[in-house]
Amino acid sequence: MIKVYTSTVIEAPAEQVWGRIRDFNGLPNWTPFVADSRIEGGQPSDRIGCVRNFRLKDGGTIREQLLTLSDYDFQCSYSILESPMGVDNYVATLKLTPVTDGNRTFAEWWAEFDCAPEREGQLARDIGQGVFQAAFDSLKTLMRR
Amino acid sequence: MIRVVRSAVIDAPIERVWAVLRDFNSHTAWHPAIAESAIENDEPSDQIGCVRSFSLKDGNHIREQLLALSDNDYVSTYCILDATLPLSRYVATVQLKRITDGERTFWHWQSTFDTPRGREQEFADLVGKGVYEGGFEGLRSYLRRRPQGRVPGTPAIAGSSGSMATEGVVAARFGNADVLEPRSLQAPAPGPGEVRIRQTAIGVNYLDVYVRKGEVRLIEPPAPLGLEAAGEVLDVGDGVAHLLPGDRVAYACLPPGAYLGVRTLPAAQAVLLPDDIDDETAAAVMLKGMTAEYLLHRTHRLRAGETVLVHAAAGGVGLLLCQWAKALGARVIGTVSSEDKARAARAAGCDFVVVGRDYRFAAAVHEASGGRGADVIYDGLGEAAARENLEALALCGHWVCYGHASGPIERLRVEELGAKSVTFSSPVLFHHTADRAVLTDMASRTFEALRQGTIRLDIRHRYPLTAAAQAHRDLESRTTIGPLILLP
Repeated sequence: MIKVYTSTVIEAPAEQVWGRIRDFNGLPNWTPFVADSRIEGGQPSDRIGCVRNFRLKDGGTIREQLLTLSDYDFQCSYSILESPMGVDNYVATLKLTPVTDGNRTFAEWWAEFDCAPEREGQLARDIGQGVFQAAFDSLKTLMRR
Repeated sequence: MIRVVRSAVIDAPIERVWAVLRDFNSHTAWHPAIAESAIENDEPSDQIGCVRSFSLKDGNHIREQLLALSDNDYVSTYCILDATLPLSRYVATVQLKRITDGERTFWHWQSTFDTPRGREQEFADLVGKGVYEGGFEGLRSYLRRRPQGRVPGTPAIAGSSGSMATEGVVAARFGNADVLEPRSLQAPAPGPGEVRIRQTAIGVNYLDVYVRKGEVRLIEPPAPLGLEAAGEVLDVGDGVAHLLPGDRVAYACLPPGAYLGVRTLPAAQAVLLPDDIDDETAAAVMLKGMTAEYLLHRTHRLRAGETVLVHAAAGGVGLLLCQWAKALGARVIGTVSSEDKARAARAAGCDFVVVGRDYRFAAAVHEASGGRGADVIYDGLGEAAARENLEALALCGHWVCYGHASGPIERLRVEELGAKSVTFSSPVLFHHTADRAVLTDMASRTFEALRQGTIRLDIRHRYPLTAAAQAHRDLESRTTIGPLILLP
């Protein structure tokens, strides 16, 4: 089991950032790598257990299940059901915490998963930098507007 | 029950902030509201259950007990035992979190407590603003403060400007190794954004030779040479939060000027050394190790199964390239100039070594790769090997020219590259390390590779700093194996 952890500071109040990312079906609205997304079975995107099925701009399809959604803690966790990444037991959490000094947001995103030992380093970089950091960078740009 | 939460971002790495906050008795040094404080019964300040007894500048007195401390989670929890203020059932938690995109720290401070009815707002403000927000500012200025004369063994500071006399080696003019002369020089007090380092080991690189000859015009003589070193922080200028006096650091950067006992340079170029990386290793690995790191992971993303040709395979960068490329699963072919060096290259993981001083290797590379040629060439040779490099490359191969020990490549036509769909790269370390986030990433991956044994350094060539000229002669004679370092 390896853990990838990425964190940043976003120059906007946590309520506003949460409003932007809360929708489990909203990845195309704020990440740079998702082409389109839908919730399977026509369920609402804030129903625990719902599954988002999205296509990456480079072609792969990923299915993820919503495990936790907390408007109180500004926190969302989900697991991967299917993906081309070659990971098992993948559970990720995205969490926002207000920074009272400056009314900003501390954003954390971490994942734990299993994979072949020789792929650990590359996958950790691909997920930590290629996915989480890239999405944070895009979110920071959006929140500046 | 009142709950107070405050949080802030501190412009310093989490290790730096935690080093201060984990000490339960450190608040007298950084918190502006604290007058004096002591741990009762002479217990250590990281003893769970220990009690700090302190007075505030407003005259109040408080005793607090440490309930939990975690170096793993960067958490400290404590409660008030008794106080001259009406705060009861007060339990507070300090938690730090790493901000991974930049060397900053998120600091979360919260508490719950009871207070007499009608005074809730008064005490919520006292705790939230007076204690927590005041503490954030206090710690910030504590970390920014310019410590003076706090490092044991610091020599007397000469001159009103605070500059410090130090020995150094300069190139008196451009030329052969004889132009290197010991001189007495000054290390100025660090200005804003700068750090002054007492250097303990200095790396020697072939680039120093180019600079000394004036082939790479990076200095105007007389001026000291040298691009990398390790040592201990003496003092820092304004606005430097990531370093403190006494920190062990290393750097590899422009402009030259590392051949000094004490050096002042931009603090953004200095990286903290992990405890398990010693100074000599750091001085020898910063430039060469980070060069190997970016050549194998950034300029060309080396994949298992590729055939790699490493020139000067027993040189400082060459040995690291061989070891690391082998660990990445590549087939490694090296060129060296002697049998002694061939043994060193084989020990570093070379599958096949071409020995010779005539720059003829293309036929041997094709033979060793089953006729395919090299998928990537790491070339520090330049002109003398240029034609053979084109010959030795596989179709769609990548020629990475990061140095030119035999002289700059004089002519390379696009058609010659097109004849094999060759990609040509001419990368420079300092363009990668200009971004501090990339620099710290490259350094930490290099340290990790040392730790894992992926790369190993065998430092066989040590010289006193004043013998830098001899070090250059030995390096240019092509008789050295692995890194050379100077010791001030």
